[in-house]
Amino acid sequence: MAELFTLPVLLGIIYSGIRLATPYLYAAIGETFAQRSGVLNLGVDGIMLMGAYTGFYVAMKTGNLFLGLLGAATAGLLMGLLMSVVSVSLQAEQGISGIGLNLFGLGLSTLLFKVTLGGVESIRGFQPIRVPLLGQIPYLGEIFFNHNLLVYGAFLLVPLANYVLNNTTFGLKVRAVGQNPQAADTLGVNVTLIRYTTVCLGGILAGIAGASLSLALINLFQENMTSGMGFIAVALVYFGGWRPWGVLGGALLFSFVNALQLWVQVKGINIPSDIAVMMPYILTIIALTLSGRRARQPQALTKPFERGEN
Amino acid sequence: MPAKTEYTRLLNRTIEALLPLLAVPVALLIGAGMIYALGVNPFQAYGTLFQGAFGNVSGFTQSLVKATPLLLVGLGVTIAFRGGVINIGGEGQLIVGALAATAFSIGFSDLPRIILLPLTLLIAALSGAVWGGVPGVLKARLGVNEILSTVMMNAIALQLSNYLLRGPMIDPAEIERGTQIAQSDLLPQAAWLSRLMPRTLLHGGAILAVIMAVLVYIFLWRTTIGYRIRAVGLNPDAARYAGIPVQFYQALSLILGGAFAGLAGGVEVSGVHHRMIEGLSGGYGFSGIVAALFGKLHPLGAIPASVLFGGLLVGADRMQRATQVPSALITVILGLVVLFVVSSEIWARRRARRRETRG
Repeated sequence: MAELFTLPVLLGIIYSGIRLATPYLYAAIGETFAQRSGVLNLGVDGIMLMGAYTGFYVAMKTGNLFLGLLGAATAGLLMGLLMSVVSVSLQAEQGISGIGLNLFGLGLSTLLFKVTLGGVESIRGFQPIRVPLLGQIPYLGEIFFNHNLLVYGAFLLVPLANYVLNNTTFGLKVRAVGQNPQAADTLGVNVTLIRYTTVCLGGILAGIAGASLSLALINLFQENMTSGMGFIAVALVYFGGWRPWGVLGGALLFSFVNALQLWVQVKGINIPSDIAVMMPYILTIIALTLSGRRARQPQALTKPFERGEN
Repeated sequence: MPAKTEYTRLLNRTIEALLPLLAVPVALLIGAGMIYALGVNPFQAYGTLFQGAFGNVSGFTQSLVKATPLLLVGLGVTIAFRGGVINIGGEGQLIVGALAATAFSIGFSDLPRIILLPLTLLIAALSGAVWGGVPGVLKARLGVNEILSTVMMNAIALQLSNYLLRGPMIDPAEIERGTQIAQSDLLPQAAWLSRLMPRTLLHGGAILAVIMAVLVYIFLWRTTIGYRIRAVGLNPDAARYAGIPVQFYQALSLILGGAFAGLAGGVEVSGVHHRMIEGLSGGYGFSGIVAALFGKLHPLGAIPASVLFGGLLVGADRMQRATQVPSALITVILGLVVLFVVSSEIWARRRARRRETRG
């Protein structure tokens, strides 16, 4: 156990924890917007798969990672649009329509993967970029300022999302629509438009989250490669109390436990690896339990809006 | 003009009943577009699919074999949804049920068949109930969102299964041969469900599942507990006002949902594989949800729905072999069916609301 806590090991765990947090951050911040406007999008996992596939395919065919990223965002936008039509316009039960979106995304990404790629191939993804000056700081530079672009993007997204939600007119409208859509409607806010916007934004970010797997973290595409990460992202929104900074805390906690668990396996410490892999999920349940009563949940979450009701 | 309103009402009601049923044809139509885009003749692909699923004895019995776990999981989903809780944990509950059935029957292999077989299936159901009960109790006591906790329980069950099948529960023969395939020892023959037809996999579990469907129907519509579960699902506030302990019945519907998924796992090992294998579930936890929804959340409606989707799963494999259209197409179709069914409910809700305002 002692060798687990040497300095290089700890630095390694923090470094990979930050890297692993990337997909969760994109997906969960996007989901925060959707839920703050009152829409529970449970289809994040399926959207991530479509983003991961599209990003990988486009990047491989064009040789341009940024085009891949754009492709992933577009795929995410389309999936978000589908979810908006179903859950906002057609007012479908949100928990169940999310399952449908997941099956759709899982099936379609697998289908396209089998038809266009056939087998698992890897790609040279986004490479770490050392930030000038900051990257030279001993230890800290290595941990915080030597990552790929998508990692920086994910962490910059948190304050940005916080600012947009709390300090802009758009953010105010999103929160109003999520708390009391009837009142917002009376004041002239277009509830449907706001919800379409947030769910589509969530879709775009979930698509990028998928690409951060296939273009930066793992650098390949595989059938069902997210294996439920999208659901963890939804759980992180609850855990983070629907606030971007809270989501950041949850994502980091989850990823550090995950990184620790990976390290335990590498070091061959006597815990069966399958049991170690369970830890983050058990932790998530515990975290949900602890945050369960702290009800800051948007009042209109999962409730479709119909003008003239109440 | 009373005659006309009567007519429109009838028309509306017919549309309301038929609209969800359109989900499958429409999803298949979109699937046909995709098949066409792949450069394959959709008629040929679907021809192989339905021929493979329902066109001959071996295909049809195989469809019924696949329909069995779908129906059992679907019954659990039906109870949970009727109780107003969303159980996405079928996958994990099924795995845990299968593990427990395997461990129990191997551990007590000297019991006579008449005791061992029912006990094995009962243990499977109980373990599933425990796995569904954790999210149930967490929701009732601490308000933890059951959608998320059941998903986490899925992941935990999967890892538990990986661990047990590579370690404590691995078939000793696998270690001897050095092949190390992650599967358990064979169940004692006394714990096998009987085969119903020679040279097919069709087993007694299919009959058991249909009996269960009837029992669930009686339970939900003819008993007080079932009535309360439905009352809680329809309107929790009204149920609370009527003195029904809402949380208790929500937890109960998750526990019962888990029991049926667990039973599905027990039936799979006892009827089909005769041992616990990796990937036993193969997504039944999710496709069972589709069967339940398409069966309009009615236990008896789930029977034909399960046969249909069991058939699609079997036929998809044949289609993949014959026409190179990946069987993942069926997952796309399942997803679309769910989206269409939940979207079509707006029609019924709008109508109910109009009725309400009219008084």
